[in-house]
Amino acid sequence: MNLLKDPQMLLLLGGIGSLLALSSLIGWVLARRVRDDQARLVVANLNARIRSWWIMTAVFVAALATGGVGSVILFALTSFFALREFITLTPSRRGDHRTLFWAFFVFAPAQYLLVGIQWYGLFVIFIPVYAFLFIPVRSALSGDTEDFLARTATIQWGLMIAVYCVSHAPALLMLQIPGYQDQGAKLLLYLIVVVQLSDVLQYVFGKTLGKHRIVPKLSPNKTWEGTVGGIATASLVGAGLWWVTPFSPAAAGGIALLVCLVGFVGGLVMSAIKRDRGVKDFGTLIEGHGGVLDRIDSLCFAAPVFFHTVRYFYT
Amino acid sequence: MTAAPLAARLLAFLTRLITGVRARWVGSAPTSAQRVYYANHTSHLDTLVIWASLPAAIRARTRPVAAADYWDRPGLRRWLTGQVLNALLVERSGGSGSREALHKIDQALAAGDSLIIFPEGTRGDGTSIGELKPGLYFIAHQRPGVELVPVYLEDLSRILPKGEFLPVPLLGSATFGAPLTLAPGEDRHAFLQRARAALVALGEHA
Repeated sequence: MNLLKDPQMLLLLGGIGSLLALSSLIGWVLARRVRDDQARLVVANLNARIRSWWIMTAVFVAALATGGVGSVILFALTSFFALREFITLTPSRRGDHRTLFWAFFVFAPAQYLLVGIQWYGLFVIFIPVYAFLFIPVRSALSGDTEDFLARTATIQWGLMIAVYCVSHAPALLMLQIPGYQDQGAKLLLYLIVVVQLSDVLQYVFGKTLGKHRIVPKLSPNKTWEGTVGGIATASLVGAGLWWVTPFSPAAAGGIALLVCLVGFVGGLVMSAIKRDRGVKDFGTLIEGHGGVLDRIDSLCFAAPVFFHTVRYFYT
Repeated sequence: MTAAPLAARLLAFLTRLITGVRARWVGSAPTSAQRVYYANHTSHLDTLVIWASLPAAIRARTRPVAAADYWDRPGLRRWLTGQVLNALLVERSGGSGSREALHKIDQALAAGDSLIIFPEGTRGDGTSIGELKPGLYFIAHQRPGVELVPVYLEDLSRILPKGEFLPVPLLGSATFGAPLTLAPGEDRHAFLQRARAALVALGEHA
């Protein structure tokens, strides 16, 4: 994949770099201007987030630059860390040990292998059919029936959300779109930019204008002002980036809006799980953001919907 | 001999990678004070995890107390326990063995080493903490200058439970609590109950 020879790709990467540089500058100015302790904490967290964004962007671009293999491996590792955080947070019993071993070391790698060799037919049913059926069988063989359905469903859910759903992002590279051959990397970058920009803008609008909470019991930081402002702006940016996609400007706006909305409800669902388990974050790996799963919660929901929308209308 | 420090760094790194363990210091800070770290025991990984989650300088002076019947076997295990971990190998408690074990522990403390011990004596199932063996009281009584630091290990029994040999890479944690010392006039039973309560409380905190 000639990432560095594609002018559209370079333009998009340049845009992301400029946005990050601008954020760092704003963060630096804010850090000099804040006075009270409360605000200082918020700004310190903001700057930690921006630093992590630089690192995540660098890793992602490096993976994209190596072509398909690098992207598949990066998302495979992301899924692995996300599954780790998810399973750690949910109760499992001694009888689940072997089942979990299969989930981590057989099903997750196999799913990404299928993405890598572009075997669409099996990729799309492997976890929903075969892993789904195997997991309760393996746990049943261990003979422990306490909370059996809850335990089994938890492992199935973890594999679905952290592995199956996320794997649809690199799977974009296997789509054969007429007139858009071998440009899947741009589509992947487009999805990530829209989803993550929506998250970031919801945070920015929420912190500056947010007043009316949407589901106060679930997520005190999600407000109508932040959500509407963030999603609207990210969708407009998505429409404005139509030139990197096979979509028309209007279609790009519509698809970006869909992706942002799905991503938003995905974030709500993942928050519900965190509240239920009594934690604020899934992990601590990414400074300022929490865990891997905290960063990709909206992507988990948005990736499969985006993948199938593009596949249905454009291939 | 030069391979041992390198192997120690690698082993500590691998342990942290597989178990995802982060040290949480809630009641004490990682200092060079002479200490006995005592922890709940649920997995073969426990010894490595506490050892690996200490800062390198402290780790070098901290010796895990390990059961000779499991760890003192020819080959890799003996090299690891002897050269890399610098473990203090003792016979499992019972009869004259335990008196000899306590003697070895006392000698190591006299030499200025810090130790890692598992006073339950055996691995539990990860759901509750068993009664502590009297060795801990003996140490507190003989060596009042040594800080006894409770360490609560969480989720390690899910990573590598008793009887399994393949680990599942979940995220464990090691919570270090406030140091304990023997109170004036405190008897063995009361002290052991207090030491156990400190571990239980750390578990609820974590």
